[in-house]
Amino acid sequence: MQRIGVFVCHCGSNIAATVDVNKVVEMVALEPGVVHAEEYQYMCSEVGQAKIIEAIHEKQLTGVVVCSCSPRMHEATFRKCAERAGLNPYMVEIANIREQCSWIHKDVTEATEKAVILARAAIAKVNLNAPLMPGESRVTKRALVIGGGIAGIQTALDIADAGYEVDIVEKTPSIGGRMSQLDKTFPTLDCSACILTPKMVEASAHEKITLYTYSEVDKVSGFVGDFTVDIRKKARSVDMSKCTGCGVCMEKCPSKKAPSEFNRGLNNRTAIYTPFAQAIPNVPVIDREQCIKFKTGKCGICSKFCQANAIDYDQTDEIITQKYGAIVVATGFDTINLDKYGEYAYNESPDVITSLELERIMNAAGPTKGHLERLSDGKAPKNIVFIQCVGSRCSDDRGKSYCSKICCMYTAKHAMLIRDKYPDVNVSVFYIDVRTPGKNFDEFYRRAVEDYHVNYIKGQVGKVTPEADGSLTVHGVDLIDNRQVKVSADMVVLATAIEPNKDARKIATMLTASIDTNDFLTEAHAKLRPVESPTAGIFLSGVAQGPKDIPETVSQAGAAAIKAVGLLAKDKLLTNPCTASPDPLACNGCSVCANVCPYGAITYENKDVMGPGVRENRRVATVNSALCQGCGACTVACPSGAMDLQGFSNRQIIAEVDAICR
Amino acid sequence: MQELMGRARELLENGTVARVLGWRAGDQSYNPEPAFFENAVELEKLVYDGFCGANLSKYMIEASKLEGKTLVFLKPCDTYSFNQLIKEHRVDREKAYIIGVGCRGKLDMDQIRNQGIKGILNVSGTELQGPDEITVETIYGTKTVSYASAMLSRCHVCKGKDHVIYDELLGESADTKDADRFDEVAAIEAMTSEERFAFFRKELSKCIRCNACRNVCPACSCRKCVFDSTKFDSAQKANADSFEENMFHIIRAFHVAGRCTDCGECSRVCPQGIPLHLFNRKFIKDINTFYGEFQAGADIQEKGPLTNYTFEDVEPGIVAERG
Repeated sequence: MQRIGVFVCHCGSNIAATVDVNKVVEMVALEPGVVHAEEYQYMCSEVGQAKIIEAIHEKQLTGVVVCSCSPRMHEATFRKCAERAGLNPYMVEIANIREQCSWIHKDVTEATEKAVILARAAIAKVNLNAPLMPGESRVTKRALVIGGGIAGIQTALDIADAGYEVDIVEKTPSIGGRMSQLDKTFPTLDCSACILTPKMVEASAHEKITLYTYSEVDKVSGFVGDFTVDIRKKARSVDMSKCTGCGVCMEKCPSKKAPSEFNRGLNNRTAIYTPFAQAIPNVPVIDREQCIKFKTGKCGICSKFCQANAIDYDQTDEIITQKYGAIVVATGFDTINLDKYGEYAYNESPDVITSLELERIMNAAGPTKGHLERLSDGKAPKNIVFIQCVGSRCSDDRGKSYCSKICCMYTAKHAMLIRDKYPDVNVSVFYIDVRTPGKNFDEFYRRAVEDYHVNYIKGQVGKVTPEADGSLTVHGVDLIDNRQVKVSADMVVLATAIEPNKDARKIATMLTASIDTNDFLTEAHAKLRPVESPTAGIFLSGVAQGPKDIPETVSQAGAAAIKAVGLLAKDKLLTNPCTASPDPLACNGCSVCANVCPYGAITYENKDVMGPGVRENRRVATVNSALCQGCGACTVACPSGAMDLQGFSNRQIIAEVDAICR
Repeated sequence: MQELMGRARELLENGTVARVLGWRAGDQSYNPEPAFFENAVELEKLVYDGFCGANLSKYMIEASKLEGKTLVFLKPCDTYSFNQLIKEHRVDREKAYIIGVGCRGKLDMDQIRNQGIKGILNVSGTELQGPDEITVETIYGTKTVSYASAMLSRCHVCKGKDHVIYDELLGESADTKDADRFDEVAAIEAMTSEERFAFFRKELSKCIRCNACRNVCPACSCRKCVFDSTKFDSAQKANADSFEENMFHIIRAFHVAGRCTDCGECSRVCPQGIPLHLFNRKFIKDINTFYGEFQAGADIQEKGPLTNYTFEDVEPGIVAERG
């Protein structure tokens, strides 16, 4: 029989305001195995922990239940505390009476009853707990960064500067990401390329950084400290070791009709291309969908003109398998598809554009060479209307519920730049709120209003109608004057919501990293562990975790890097002792567990099986506890219940359920 | 039948197989039972007629542990079970010599009795090449019923006349399918959750826990069934009260989900006439809807949808949405 101590935390008023903690103490004291029960204001504090240690010593406790916040918050704290008192840390269980009880209930009687039930379940489990000992696993001193935008570049540079090898995997032919598409950056208005390209060069030249551009992550296995990743280097059709980047192939390529991804489809590129002139690596790729040689077998012009003999039509995808200790996800964002927003006439009029398209139009290397002009007729616009929150802060299912965070500032930037360069152009901005939290942000916005006389109209736009004369009528509402307004414009710019890159979900799934309903990667703790995924060894950088601007992205990238470095600096990690183990007597040898194991930890061997009335050699499951991560998939799949998880045995879980249903 | 006996004798005599797994006559003409035959004399008792519904695949688990090969007769639908057992490493393909026997559907005494025929003494004309009408001798005289009207309900939703695994074939098979196997499931899905609960409570209240369904089921082949194990409380749970008694069938349905070939043996052997196959068929229907058409046992290589993961898989939430 265990000797269990139960410690009920008030968590200030977080728990105590809704749960009658004294009642909980009174009730749990009656449970089998419980020899001690007490409450305290903050169990996690030094005083609270001292109470636990004292009780362990005085009452010779063999098990501890702490009724407090989520185990994700303080399980480790209390386990370490028990360990200091000489108890095996795995004899500690947490009953989550905060997130799962006090925070979600209002009625004290109900919440108290539930808290008692949750405590009872944890006590039932501890009654069946046994001491567990962790093993050790090695750490591969190399990091993988998925995504080569500013977030990925900064993370990679910081990890590399700390002395560790880093690989960047970038899906497109060049690193640089969204930032490379931007013209100027707020709030300083410095040119994006001028601050980004040196970083791109630095990353590519760094001896510790390897770039895999035009590459994707195909498969991930393993676990913290010891991931194995298959990187697919897509066939570039250009030999990177031979290409000099002279660009003749691109000049001569006769296939010029592919929409340029870099210019958001506003103009075309050739079939053999680099996304932009400052691309790194400066080695083009052949878009096989567009290439005449690949489509018809005839052409080969690029190959003829290539002095370096670098064109290789027979190149195939190459799989590189590499081991990593840490993985950083920096997959970035894209703007949402506007098909559901017919009212803005985006698909009807070429003069209704997204802000990212405007970035390209205003950029000297863009489709209009930096001239502000209408895409329909090339004329200079005289009246421009910006519409904020297109798909952001959206209450229906067409858009996103969140604020995209960057739009208020870049719209102020666009408005200001236009007014500065073309003072005769009238600029109006329809907005819900102007959000400018950030250093020098509000000053920046006020400059747009006060110095540049941008016409800010508080209110939303109901409709944009293209008129016969080529102009656009913006039907909106002015909430301050409380009236309907119609503004005639010849260009409308939509501050389109941003969303995580389409691949984020796939990558998160491969990494078993959790994502939220919007496909942003979830952090381990919203406040205290914002750059770590709950999945050990996975770190988050940039917009993949949530909307943010460049300075925030860069700070987070650095934070993710230091977290990764902290991991890589360790030689060994303690492994989770909660691993699966099979009962050979009950094992059918059916392989179901091996099929479902995401870590490849289960193999089958012919073994001598001995038991009451059994003595035979047969096929049974074996678990490699160094590979097993304790996910429990095998225990659920096993039809005979032969597979069990230490620390979460079927018996323990059923005991918990029974205690709840009692 | 003579053909089967002759071929079995030949294979026994030339040493290809060490024993034969087939059916022998029971105490009545309509209840033959699975049996092993080790020599020509024993083989005289081999029968193969319309009442040989028993799926012999599961017996091959034990036969795989014996010296030498075992000749086993498998009907088309039985071969799916056998394949599934190969996939789960429960039978040894090398230890089996499979004769795929012809099948024109198997018979159900209840279907004959339901036609108002009482005092049955003997049923004849049920063999593979027999007539379309079978002869039922009763204490009230001789009656005839059509073969099709006396078939097991599972034969009306026949999986087809092809054997998916065999060493040789004997006899012609017929596809007896004349109904959609998911019609019964659809009828249950159309009920409100209260009606459905009441329906299953009523059906399962008949259960006497004889374990026949589990013992006959080729998917229920665990060395140690969780209901017989002292490691869990499931055995006691299933006995605790009438509601938990029902849990036995629900747990069993979960355990065979994704592996059940819908052979229908559970419902065939249930002495209480509980339509146990409905649980499994509901799972099969859901698996088909969520993950695309899947037939357990059709392919040895294919990972089952429930033990496989693809990026195209539905999100778990869809299950809750559909109810």
